[in-house]
Amino acid sequence: MTDTVTTAPARPSWLKEFWYYFRENRGAVIGLWIFAAFVLVAIFAPVLAPHDPTQQYRDALLLPPFWQEGGRIEFALGTDAVGRDMLSRLLHGARYSFYVGIVVVAVAATGGIVIGLISGFAPKWLDTIIMRVMDIILAFPSLLLALVLVAILGPSLTNAMIAIAIVLQPHYVRLTRASVMSERSKEYVTAARVAGAGKLRLMFVTVLPNCLSPIIVQAALSFSTAILDAAALGFLGMGAQPPTPEWGTMLAEAREFILRAWWVVTWPGVAILITVLAINLMGDGLRDALDPKLKRS
Amino acid sequence: MLRYLLSRLMTFLPTFFGVTLISFSFIRLLPGDPIVVMAGERGVSPERYQELVRQFGFDQPIWKQYLDYLGGVIQGDLGQSFVTKKPVWDEFFALFPATLELSICAMVFAVLLGLPAGVIAAVNRGKLFDRALMSSALVGYSMPIFWWALLLIIVFSGWLGWTPVSGRISLMYYFENPTGFMLWDALMSGQKGALGSAIQHLILPTIVLGTIPLAVIARQTRSAMLEVLSEDYIRTARAKGLSPLRINGLHALRNALIPVITVIGLMVGTLLAGAILTETIFSWPGIGKWMVDSIFRRDYPVVQGGLLLIAVMVMIVNLTVDVLYGLINPKIRKR
Repeated sequence: MTDTVTTAPARPSWLKEFWYYFRENRGAVIGLWIFAAFVLVAIFAPVLAPHDPTQQYRDALLLPPFWQEGGRIEFALGTDAVGRDMLSRLLHGARYSFYVGIVVVAVAATGGIVIGLISGFAPKWLDTIIMRVMDIILAFPSLLLALVLVAILGPSLTNAMIAIAIVLQPHYVRLTRASVMSERSKEYVTAARVAGAGKLRLMFVTVLPNCLSPIIVQAALSFSTAILDAAALGFLGMGAQPPTPEWGTMLAEAREFILRAWWVVTWPGVAILITVLAINLMGDGLRDALDPKLKRS
Repeated sequence: MLRYLLSRLMTFLPTFFGVTLISFSFIRLLPGDPIVVMAGERGVSPERYQELVRQFGFDQPIWKQYLDYLGGVIQGDLGQSFVTKKPVWDEFFALFPATLELSICAMVFAVLLGLPAGVIAAVNRGKLFDRALMSSALVGYSMPIFWWALLLIIVFSGWLGWTPVSGRISLMYYFENPTGFMLWDALMSGQKGALGSAIQHLILPTIVLGTIPLAVIARQTRSAMLEVLSEDYIRTARAKGLSPLRINGLHALRNALIPVITVIGLMVGTLLAGAILTETIFSWPGIGKWMVDSIFRRDYPVVQGGLLLIAVMVMIVNLTVDVLYGLINPKIRKR
């Protein structure tokens, strides 16, 4: 019985160590809090939003925020050209951005990790083919390739996510492969192989957990890239379609009013910037905390 | 060095063929009959349909179509625009100077501000300037540039009325035989006010397109400088009593420049992606806007050709950076 008591603290101490280093970076902690707030907003948007995001109040077109002359308190951040409440649309927009981030990172990371592992363990010819294919994808500017993919698939948020995931995936492949290459020749891997571990076990159980640090950092950074690219596609009319309250799409709709109503242009951008900034801050902290090579240097 | 060059070329060629394969597949991956899709609401008569089938080679076996396409590509034949009927190659190179001019200005803007900022931040590590600069760099790096563009338009064009909202030059100027580089054309024409107008039109797009490169360069310069400043030869230089300006500017910066130059070279892709957004917002008649417009007009031969040309350009720049890097740093060649 006493044995179990003494071995129990092993896991918390790992987390504690991570938190210890992560906390060092004040920006990262702030980023984490903002991100947490973003996630909560995304989850509880229907409860938090004072109005329906697509409801058009015909008596309240292009109202300014409440502190400006003509503003009304029930539309705290103003309304857009067809009288929809900006605040409600922004809160609901968080859901789309969060959804985009989660799905894109999940798809790109899963695909990238599996292909990267295969590439790292495969015979040289297969490895070469895989890496050349990744080079080909990387030769296109990411937004352009995403744009063209959406042109093929048809403009919608789902297709934008697929396109962005395809464009981001080679980064995971390269990263995973590079870590696998450096881990593969280490003694613990040889030991596992000698002990009779099969190739799949070697790949996923022995090596993969030791390659995760850079992948986690990449996941955080591509979360923000995914949000930015999805917003850019929405802005170009190739992402989420109106009247979806996606931030990029909202900006596209607001463009013709930029000189008349600053608020319809400002808020969606502020929302994108804060979210992306928070995630990037967090990503920097994750890198400092997870990468032992950079630690304390 | 020759062997290094050859090995780089060996990886370039398969990627090149891969890129042609992707741009080749593009039209053929469209759901439905590509000709009907491209014709869209315009519709297409049966005779024109047959003509187009022949023009695109859809009546040939697929491998023959690819070989024909590849042969055309190598001779600079990328097909014709569906809308303007002009060769894609000609359209691309007519618009390319606009994008190149904008990109060069954005890069100059980013380097002129980013390099000194990074150096000063590194020298004053941990002080107020350093922290302020790194925070702004992170903001710049996270910036949705399409929104940044709109904000700048609101402030500088709307409120202050300093800069025009779109285009490359005021409509009152006209140039004979333009090179496409507006600053040059305006300067050479000798028309009063032309150069000023061109510069005014360039300012906002330059800032917008240069923002992310600026942030990246400042961050990269700072971290490269920090690494170099802890080297022994810097301590030696200090011990010799050299002035800080000489140490930081000459000894340290020169060695910190290599990673910075690499980053600058690799940013061409970022610039072109940014050009898509920047040009669309400012109605800048370059290849970014051309690509977006063509996608909306379903002018797919243009999209196909543009995609290929842009990718090949990015590849050539990356190859050049790689080779230059090998020239500067012999250790790289050994790998």
